[in-house]
Amino acid sequence: MSNPPNTLAPSHQDLSGHDQTFLDTNELVLNMGPQHPSTHGVLRVVLKLDGEKVLGTECIIGYLHRGVEKIAEHRTYTMFNPYVDRMDYVAAVSNGLGYCEAVEKLLNVEAPPRARYVRVILTELNRLASHMLWLGTHALDIGAITPLFYTFRDREEVLKIFEKYCGARLTTHAFRIGGCLYETYEGFEREVKAFVAFVTPKIDEYEELLTTNRIWVERTKGVGVISGKDCIDLGVTGPLLRASGVKWDLRKAQPYAAYSEFDFEIPTRENGDTYDRYMVRVAEMRQSLRIISQAVEAIPEGPIMAKIPKVIKPPVGEIYHSVEAPKGELGYFIVSDGSTQPYRVRVRPPSFVNLQALDKMVRGQMVADVVAVIGTLDIVLGEVDR
Amino acid sequence: MVARLKQHYGEAIREASSYLGQNYLIVDRSAGFNLLQELRDREQFDYLVDVTALHYPQREQQFEVVWILYSFPRNERIRVKALISEHENAPSVTTLWSAANWLEREVFDMFGVLFEGHPDMRRILLPEGWKGHPLRKDYGIIQQDQEWVQANLGIESGQ
Repeated sequence: MSNPPNTLAPSHQDLSGHDQTFLDTNELVLNMGPQHPSTHGVLRVVLKLDGEKVLGTECIIGYLHRGVEKIAEHRTYTMFNPYVDRMDYVAAVSNGLGYCEAVEKLLNVEAPPRARYVRVILTELNRLASHMLWLGTHALDIGAITPLFYTFRDREEVLKIFEKYCGARLTTHAFRIGGCLYETYEGFEREVKAFVAFVTPKIDEYEELLTTNRIWVERTKGVGVISGKDCIDLGVTGPLLRASGVKWDLRKAQPYAAYSEFDFEIPTRENGDTYDRYMVRVAEMRQSLRIISQAVEAIPEGPIMAKIPKVIKPPVGEIYHSVEAPKGELGYFIVSDGSTQPYRVRVRPPSFVNLQALDKMVRGQMVADVVAVIGTLDIVLGEVDR
Repeated sequence: MVARLKQHYGEAIREASSYLGQNYLIVDRSAGFNLLQELRDREQFDYLVDVTALHYPQREQQFEVVWILYSFPRNERIRVKALISEHENAPSVTTLWSAANWLEREVFDMFGVLFEGHPDMRRILLPEGWKGHPLRKDYGIIQQDQEWVQANLGIESGQ
């Protein structure tokens, strides 16, 4: 690679000048990543430091760019479906839900009630899995090792349900345009209920480890503060927005799937710091369990797949449909030219937009807090780069 | 709202319509910025969801830049589209929403549409020296910048 294409690079002559003393006040440019354990993938951040204080950052992304949007234009609607799982690969089910619903809207069909309930259950299970993975790795970044083992142990149970349902653990491709391909397996309800009963006390365990832990509180309170107004200006959504006091969740604001039929709350906090974002996500995990236990009790009978044509050919037109993914608003803007292949699929990735807030959140903070803030943003580079 | 905007902007709003319950406006490039500003300030569309583009090589004005807005108070979305030809620039809305920064850079990276007034118009996902804009329709799906690949990755071809 040639020189880093950043605007922050100082002139290197300054550092070798003989009149500089050992305790000089030079600004230092530090490169972090792309191969760094706490950037959660191939994210490269160039930090401009004054001692330990961060003066500015610049993210260099694109290392995982695979051209998902280009691929979409060369695949049929059905063939593109598995590709969306590879964006946010720790919450593949949410990706699939957004895509399938967008195409269904374009086709003017609706998934049958049974499919919508199964979709809600799997999506919420995936939200739990995503938040668990986030919590374990975020805590690990900050120096707490134990939560990682706890959360991975419990996430495994979610993945087992996925595996039994559709054969895959991560990139599940669980949904199809028009509903779900697979009927629920024998004992699905029982296992989901058992999972809810198993994991409910486990979330208390995570909280026991962290919520009042002195080191955790010191490392996260007042770190990476962002106001609700700045969040809206930067387009930041999801738990980050809610931790800054904006009560907004697409599941309530513009309900999709079957979310309007369940009783749940939108947890919010006021301070917009790393600690509050942790509290919001933990509260969200509890709400997800609430939704799952309501849905699993009431899965309607009937078909799981709507009657859709074998060859999917939506009429000329365009649609924007978004869902509340674990990371924030995940939107699909699909333009159809009336053929079997989409003319354009634009993915509005929550991680990409949220990552833009990094600079605002770490300016003036300590360099060690950058790791905490990258963790709290909960980005998946597969989705940032697509 | 549309009636008032139409009165104000007249011919600059070419079309105001809705499809599948989603509203959109097609506007002239020159009126784009003012209209978006007005939507933000007077109509409470305070959240810029996305900026993206489409490429129609057979048209005279090849590019369609799309802004998707959402209003928290109204719980409503609107899409604003502007038609832009190959050598024209799109108006940058980075002064209205900070979110536009990376989104516009991505549009530039993928389509080669420049945004006028953007503070830092560089590629974002592809490497700096890359040639071509992959989401244009005339860019092949397996096409690559072979020169860049050979110079920087030390391999014959990325295929």
